[in-house]
Amino acid sequence: MFPPLPNPSTTDTAPRFSEKDLIRRSASTVPAPKQQLTEVAKLIDVSKCIGCKACQTACIEWNDTHPEVGVFDGVFENPPDLTPDMFTLMRFSEWENPETDNLEWLIRKDGCMHCADPGCLKACPAPGAIVQYSNGIVDFVHENCIGCGYCIKGCPFNIPRISKVDHTAYKCTLCSDRVAVGQGPACAKACPTQAIVFGTKEEMKQHAEGRITDLKARGYANAGLYDPPGVGGTHVMYVLHHADQPELYSGLPKEPKISPLVEAWKGITKYAGLTVLGVAAGVGLLHHLVMGPNRVSDTDEENAERLVRSDRHDSA
Amino acid sequence: MTAHDVEPGKVHPGKPVTVDRYTVGARINHWITAASLIVLALSGLALFHPSLFFLSGLFGGGQFTRLIHPWIGVVLFFSFFGLFIRFWKANLWKREDGTWLARIRDVLANHEENVPEVGKYNAGQKFVFWAMSVLIVILISSGLVIWDQYFSAYTTVGQQRVALLIHAIAAVAIIGVWIIHAYSALWVRGTIPAMVRGSVTGGWAWRHHRKWLRELVTKPGGRSGSKPAE
Repeated sequence: MFPPLPNPSTTDTAPRFSEKDLIRRSASTVPAPKQQLTEVAKLIDVSKCIGCKACQTACIEWNDTHPEVGVFDGVFENPPDLTPDMFTLMRFSEWENPETDNLEWLIRKDGCMHCADPGCLKACPAPGAIVQYSNGIVDFVHENCIGCGYCIKGCPFNIPRISKVDHTAYKCTLCSDRVAVGQGPACAKACPTQAIVFGTKEEMKQHAEGRITDLKARGYANAGLYDPPGVGGTHVMYVLHHADQPELYSGLPKEPKISPLVEAWKGITKYAGLTVLGVAAGVGLLHHLVMGPNRVSDTDEENAERLVRSDRHDSA
Repeated sequence: MTAHDVEPGKVHPGKPVTVDRYTVGARINHWITAASLIVLALSGLALFHPSLFFLSGLFGGGQFTRLIHPWIGVVLFFSFFGLFIRFWKANLWKREDGTWLARIRDVLANHEENVPEVGKYNAGQKFVFWAMSVLIVILISSGLVIWDQYFSAYTTVGQQRVALLIHAIAAVAIIGVWIIHAYSALWVRGTIPAMVRGSVTGGWAWRHHRKWLRELVTKPGGRSGSKPAE
């Protein structure tokens, strides 16, 4: 068992990280932070999850969101998808393991992965709407968000959702406000089976090791840690019993990375585009300086007058 | 639209001769399109490159920029559609356009005496017309796909990424075409009155669109007044 985080003290605590600890800020640059915070991570052990949705409830409660009361549409997911009011969602899939002929119930808690290389932040056009702290937390700053939805296109996991109420993007914050005062995320606090644990990224990797060894001993030969290198690793990791087939878990991408289309759009297009326009304007200016204006001459006017007059005589 | 946007205008004898080029309807239509295109370029560039995000201040901030950009796009689309109906026929490719284009160096060097006589539009203007037409269709269709507020549910995120890239590239291209269009109007003196007052001087028509001038003069009723004004 991983030691649970202690309850908060009753005295005021100064936040452990702030704007001074930003390593990335959307559509802008930040000075390198003076100190590197210890990277944190949430570890979700799907093999321990019982699908109780306590994490969802805790998330709603802590973040004070008010998801609409939905309707039952025949599946376990409730609501059916992430929404601006539901930052985390238990996704359920039933899978018949062809090797054992067993029906496996694979439950995955979906939500922001807090990528080391966040696609949302790369795509964001609004300065400071998406920030990344040196402890690995990727957070949305709502007063800077313009609601364009570019983050959705940038995200390799399809996580952010735009609110129809305030037109800004929402997603899991990794409970940055709780972590800042030494607490863990609300979902981890609420999880009754320790399927969700929180600590430093190193601790989480070590804890995962033990879990993977245990799963392998119990016949899950492909058990492993999901910490995809394509996005530089994540600060939300999964222990999967079938780490060789992450797609089984409601489409968890096998090798997620920022789409090459997004890279092209935010890379070469952005720079080449402005260069092309600058050159076009410059060529125009240069042409005018060298060649000068194309003026109508008096001869042109006389020719036109003669043409109009001669035609009049012809037809007269 | 029955007037000289599609049908030839009139030539008014005098000193200098004046030639009708655009009806008042065409001019209003043009300037609505022009204003939309400029607003779209400024608001779009604000979202395109972080160094230009300050342009969103012109529209009351990022949220408002995000809100109005697509709506102005809709205005532009319908406004340009009006221009398309007015001008498409005069912009069909003619044999002399190839020769004109082959001698574009002479045009740029202000030696128009070496290029063939052209009708209402030369090959450069036709290029601008068709480039605008094609790019506006590309921009409105890709723009609808990435109009998150209303249309995000109708396409996949993968399709939206393609649309974003296409939209950005097409936007750069159309601003480039706009630079050509605006610069040409400034460089070729006497052009702007065509879109402001609606007419050009006979000399301008003789110098740049002689075939058009000849057609107007020889066409029955092409001159104002059935009798000479002198």
